[in-house]
Amino acid sequence: MATRADAQAKVGTGIGFVVIMIWCLLPVAWIISLSFKSTAETGAGSPQFLPKDGTLDNYKTLLGVGTLSDGTKPDPAVSDDFLQALLNSFGVAAIATLLSVVFATLAAYAIARLEFKGKRLVLSLALAIAMFPVVSLVGPLFDMWRTFHLFNTWPGLIIPYMTFTLPLAIWTLSAFFREIPWEMEQAAQVDGATSWQAFRKVIVPLAAPGVFTAAILTFFFAWNEFVLAISLTSTTDSRTVPAQMSFFVGPDPFNPPYGQLATASVVVTVPIIVIVLLFQRKIVAGLTSGAVKG
Amino acid sequence: MASINIQNLVKKYGDGFPAVNDVSIDIADGEFMILVGPSGCGKSTLLRMIVGLEDITSGDLTIGDRRVNDLAPRDRNLAMVFQNYALYPHLTVYENIAFPLRLAKMDNAEVDRLVKEASKTLELDEHLQRKPGNLSGGQRQRVAMGRAIVRQADAFLFDEPLSNLDAKLRGQMRTEISRLQKKLGITTVYVTHDQTEAMTLGDRVAVLKRGILQQLATPRELYDNPGNLFVAGFIGSPPMNFLPCEVSGSTAKLPFGEIELPPEKARAAEGKGLLIAGVRPESFEDATLAPKDKGGATFSTTVDVVEWLGNETYAYIPFEAPPEVEKQLRQLEQELDGEALRTQLVISLDGASRIKEGETAEIWMDAAKLHLFDPATGENLTVDRENAGEIPGAKVTA
Repeated sequence: MATRADAQAKVGTGIGFVVIMIWCLLPVAWIISLSFKSTAETGAGSPQFLPKDGTLDNYKTLLGVGTLSDGTKPDPAVSDDFLQALLNSFGVAAIATLLSVVFATLAAYAIARLEFKGKRLVLSLALAIAMFPVVSLVGPLFDMWRTFHLFNTWPGLIIPYMTFTLPLAIWTLSAFFREIPWEMEQAAQVDGATSWQAFRKVIVPLAAPGVFTAAILTFFFAWNEFVLAISLTSTTDSRTVPAQMSFFVGPDPFNPPYGQLATASVVVTVPIIVIVLLFQRKIVAGLTSGAVKG
Repeated sequence: MASINIQNLVKKYGDGFPAVNDVSIDIADGEFMILVGPSGCGKSTLLRMIVGLEDITSGDLTIGDRRVNDLAPRDRNLAMVFQNYALYPHLTVYENIAFPLRLAKMDNAEVDRLVKEASKTLELDEHLQRKPGNLSGGQRQRVAMGRAIVRQADAFLFDEPLSNLDAKLRGQMRTEISRLQKKLGITTVYVTHDQTEAMTLGDRVAVLKRGILQQLATPRELYDNPGNLFVAGFIGSPPMNFLPCEVSGSTAKLPFGEIELPPEKARAAEGKGLLIAGVRPESFEDATLAPKDKGGATFSTTVDVVEWLGNETYAYIPFEAPPEVEKQLRQLEQELDGEALRTQLVISLDGASRIKEGETAEIWMDAAKLHLFDPATGENLTVDRENAGEIPGAKVTA
């Protein structure tokens, strides 16, 4: 009886798994499929799921390489804009992540280790900021940035991104720091380390999974963010990919370039997947096992 | 290597509670000093004050000839083994041991030589490239010791290093630490709550109670001449027996009968009224097996429980104590983290003894080994000052 129940449970789990996979991955598959379709095909009334004759034209147009299937060169205006937006996305996300993680690490360490007045206030304030709806800040920020000449610049995006990601990073990291036994640091100090050396050589390596987690979350936020990116930029000098994609209208207003949009989506998703796969190995829980008697 | 001089050290926490109260201990160069006491007696705090992880409220701490009160831990040149080892989990065993040397900016060849030397001493050679997470408790313990011995520290500090090991390993590591300390001849301060470790390892033992030093003496002195009730009850296993006792002239009246005291003990107890007598379990013997040539007294009593261990036998004899003595004994029991349910005498007999449970037996007692304590102050009235080390709290001068 038990084995039959087990088998049933297995089949049930399998079915559930497949359903969820289809639910999650079908749109992704649809986007990928779209990115290989020509404009003629996406414009047709009811297109089929798989491209009839796959083409790399969309990729060539966006990246500005090779020759299109009709023998012409891709339009440099489209590719230049897209590549510039891609560069902006990378720059803004990377700098915001780096700064956010550095500040969050220092702040979280202080919060985890030191007893000071207003510690709870700092933590709850950080949480309050994280809960604030981004959209409500767009207006004031727009006015402020214009006055400070930060409108349509990289710092103009990096600063708000940092503000919104710092709280989460601080909370994540201070939880990690609290897990690290005090003795680690004391041992290092007895061994001859200064406080800074103890922090850098012992605490930070031990908190590495936390640092990477915080970094990935911050990077995702900055990479995907749309509302601020569209409101605080005006040209491709600082516009990021999510904002740039809304400008993919094509020559015919009734016939948007679905293929190109899909292609752009695929192109911006690839770095995220690569980053997750790279860092996944770093986010190893239980790195501190063996430090102290468990 | 250096001597450590602790002068009137006080540690007060924010609420004014003195965790360490006016403790003075002089640790000679190369000496193995034990700090022992029940939990909460301030022994770990004292150790952490020596190493610099706790601030000193008042008093002087001198290592060698430097006053180190205000020096950071890294400037005190001490090596410490933590209770939970505090190994760096992201580093290999090799790098764990090399850590202090790397911080000292030593060149690679020198680091390698010293690490290899330490790992050889501690038989860690085949584990050098492993991470602490993959080691057993005993191996982690050895790595923690390796990290301590690898540099030329002035002294070793151990904070209950064996308390996380199982009984068998604890015995082995105890011998190992003793051997290592003798070999390196380095000043060592060792904190433990285990009186067996204290007795076996220490050149001298400092017994602490609630932040106050009770007695500082060699293990033998502590055992034979405890300064007060607390030390007497803490040192020895099974512990010393405490009995109500009334002395008149040279006769002491115990719950089981009267016993003739040696003259100097009788003099110390003169006119003190009701006292507490302390007798170690091995000062008793089955009267049929007792040495005939020695003095002492024989009395008959009913044995409640007998535990035969082969080489010896423990016999338990319950007795009634007057309320004032019982109160003092209960309080003592609490201070010693114990939970005795009744006042009873534990005596250790020869394994050949044929005494059975529930029988009335003839028990012999060695009167020369009896101590008399003042029930109010707990002080040992019959202590042999010459052979009792230092007893800071003592008021009586014999």
